[in-house]
Amino acid sequence: MSRINTLLVLLLVVMSGLAVQPACAETFGQFMAEFARSAKSSPGFQSFSAANGEQFFKSTHGNEWSCASCHTEDPANSGKHAKTSKVIKPLAPLVNPERFTDPTKVEKWFKRNCNDVLARACTPQEKGDVLTYLLTIGK
Amino acid sequence: MPFDNRNTLRMSAVIILLGGMMSVAQADDDHEHHEGGRRAVATNAAWQEECGSCHVAFPPRLLPAESWREMMSGLDKHFGTDASLEPAVAQEIAAFLEQNAGKRKPDPVAKPLLRISETRWFIREHDEVPQRVWKNPLVKSPANCAACHTLAESGDYRERNIRMPK
Ligand code: HEC
Ligand code: HEC
Ligand code: HEC
Repeated sequence: MSRINTLLVLLLVVMSGLAVQPACAETFGQFMAEFARSAKSSPGFQSFSAANGEQFFKSTHGNEWSCASCHTEDPANSGKHAKTSKVIKPLAPLVNPERFTDPTKVEKWFKRNCNDVLARACTPQEKGDVLTYLLTIGK
Repeated sequence: MPFDNRNTLRMSAVIILLGGMMSVAQADDDHEHHEGGRRAVATNAAWQEECGSCHVAFPPRLLPAESWREMMSGLDKHFGTDASLEPAVAQEIAAFLEQNAGKRKPDPVAKPLLRISETRWFIREHDEVPQRVWKNPLVKSPANCAACHTLAESGDYRERNIRMPK
């Protein structure tokens, strides 16, 4: 046990420098750049809009749920799964720094949630608009 | 997504570190359980993360292997929601669920049940719960185990930790 502890302390010392890096702004920028790169391939793309993102987020799109059904009308707050009632931590990345840090996780949930809400995948434009909107919250 | 490599490296380092810390904490936890005379609860990190994101991660022993196999083959249409997973992750979780599944043989002609809350065991175990409690908006669904089993999140369903909403 004490050997494990010593190892842990060593690891902590070595990595403490890495843990405090300001990763967030950097990663949001990377997500935005990635969405923009994909969006540019469709004709007529100009830029992302927080207003469109907000409208998209709060409207239903043919199915029962909107994004706000589970993430609330104010994504600075904790949400609740519309069917299971399980609490969902705030989606706004400036309020909850765990959000939009892991590309695999972000893609997994866009795929599932867009499928539930729109019965199709979200376009890069829609994803970029939503993230632009989310980044206006909690500033 | 082509992310900056250094960043990915840093992130992985931090994840490995956190993982290490968590497994040490878990080892301590298990120790306590044995001292408390409790049967160790089967866990798997991918299962806890993926099957615990929309509801509590339901204990594998509460359904037979046939049910888990059927459920894991249709995650894109999972009780009215898309719960799809990368094939490699799905495979790991399916193996874990089947290994720790309930041992009771299901009726060979019937389709495997996908709801724990529809098994005979569940209905019998919960037959003293009054109708008005099931209808309470704080419960909403019998699958909402955590509404009554206050420690369901950690796999603890013992009687002393049950609090039913009034
Ligand atoms: C039926 C409930 C539900 C609906 C509807 C829903 N979500 Fe989610 N969403 C979840 C859950 C559950 C999670 C994962 C739990 C968690 O990470 O806290 C999640 C996670 C996410 C994430 C992952 C963010 C991260 O980095 O952790 C994004 C992005 C997201 N949702 C966007 C959306 C968008 C956009 C919509 C509308 C198209 C939407 N969601 C609709 C339940 C929902
Ligand atoms: C995207 C959200 C989501 C994810 C991820 C998810 N589930 Fe579910 N699950 C649901 C919903 C919604 C229900 C229906 C709840 C209800 O009826 O109250 C459900 C119900 C269930 C039930 C039936 C509960 C009962 O007894 O009535 C089981 C068993 C189950 N899920 C297992 C799993 C397993 C195993 C995984 C991981 C592979 C998983 N779930 C991942 C959303 C999800
Ligand atoms: C409305 C409240 C409520 C809900 C929801 C609920 N339970 Fe229970 N559960 C109880 C009560 C009350 C008992 C005790 C019954 C008794 O001992 O007479 C119990 C007993 C149990 C037991 C046996 C515990 C023991 O040690 O005797 C298990 C296991 C269990 N429940 C699992 C579940 C699971 C899994 C779910 C979700 C799929 C669930 N329950 C949902 C109220 C609830």
